[in-house]
Amino acid sequence: MKKKWWKILSAVLLVYTIVAGLLGPVPALPLLQETIRNLYFHVCMWFAMMILFTVSVVYAIKYLRSLDLRHDIYARQFAVTAMLLGVLGYATGAIWASYTWADPNKPLLNSFSTIARDPKLIGAAIALLVYSAYLILRDAISDIDKRARISAVYNIFAYAILFPAIWILPRILPSLHPGNDGNPALDVKNDISASMRVVFYPAVIGWTLLGVWIATLKIRFQLITDKKLIS
Amino acid sequence: MKRIRALLAKELLLETRQQYSFYGLLLYIGTTLFVLFMAIDQPDAAVWNGLFWVNLLFICINAVAKSFLQESRGRMLYFYTLNNATEFLLAKLLFNALLMILMSSISLLLFTFLLGDPMEQAWPFIGLVLLGGTSLSLVFSFLAAIAAKAQQNAAIMAILGFPVIIPQLVLLMRLSSATFSPLLSVSGSAVGLLIALDALIVLMAVILFPFLWKD
Repeated sequence: MKKKWWKILSAVLLVYTIVAGLLGPVPALPLLQETIRNLYFHVCMWFAMMILFTVSVVYAIKYLRSLDLRHDIYARQFAVTAMLLGVLGYATGAIWASYTWADPNKPLLNSFSTIARDPKLIGAAIALLVYSAYLILRDAISDIDKRARISAVYNIFAYAILFPAIWILPRILPSLHPGNDGNPALDVKNDISASMRVVFYPAVIGWTLLGVWIATLKIRFQLITDKKLIS
Repeated sequence: MKRIRALLAKELLLETRQQYSFYGLLLYIGTTLFVLFMAIDQPDAAVWNGLFWVNLLFICINAVAKSFLQESRGRMLYFYTLNNATEFLLAKLLFNALLMILMSSISLLLFTFLLGDPMEQAWPFIGLVLLGGTSLSLVFSFLAAIAAKAQQNAAIMAILGFPVIIPQLVLLMRLSSATFSPLLSVSGSAVGLLIALDALIVLMAVILFPFLWKD
């Protein structure tokens, strides 16, 4: 009962995000206009995705140190939840791009090939592919302890190779995405106006907490299913 | 160091004793290129570049896959009693890197011979090919170890490896396309980044391999 507060906080923050995000003041920028409100959804979901993937890796490391199957269940469920947020971030990003980057004189699908090549989108796509491969690897191994160990090793290896590349690559390659010559997503302090930061930070926390909430539900379900294995 | 050398010598000896795999690889490169040669003649530089790196990727999977898959359970147990994990892994990585350097040079030769030569600056491109071949072999060697432990074939290696290798491959392709023009130069910091990533891969492999090979 006493652990309830952060779930309430998550709900409150997300309600605030939606209300203040849709009604609050935003700077009127050319091209972006009102679509800038998508920042609270698209960017924050991908922030939450990165945080949850990191949590998953931390549990993979904890598993290798302790060989406690509970940590393996944690690692897996956090990865799955992060993938869900990643797909949602993709969907919101696609809607945003269709209003800003797409060539209005051509059918929408014609612009897809140029947009999807953007180095910052590659990063998110690769993260999703890596964790899909992680799930396939898990299903390929039938022995439970071996599955936990090998998938933890892959989880750590892929994360360690991938994330530096995601953070560095966009700085080298040209991109349409905001935040060139610096941060791979965007520079929160300089690129976002003060009135938007008031909503932005709570939104990141809200989406992350929602992700954690979903993950803990899945973890608790899995712990009950595998009760005999863990003990 | 001595034991790494001994393990490396054992790999080389195995390679010369079982030459079918080496010649098999050569034939793989040859036939792939012949198919490409039949399919398109003289592609332009961008297509040539793309084909070359994708080809190198598939060669790498075939070259590296057997390195861990060939070791039977009993033999792994034998190695386990003789060496520690780091030495065993480093010997494998080193051998695969050498093999891949050889194979990428051969495929570069055949590419220029059959599909034309778009290189304006040959030496930087050759350097990138050798570096790229090494990077590919390092990543896929470790994934081969994972695939072997999961008792899976080379297909799972491709699934696990392709997403991980994309950033490096994109970087290599962009850098090498600069060598097709006489005016552009290859950025030194990007090459440094590639080398740093290779070092990171070796480091991660050394840290994680002990968890893999204990059964």
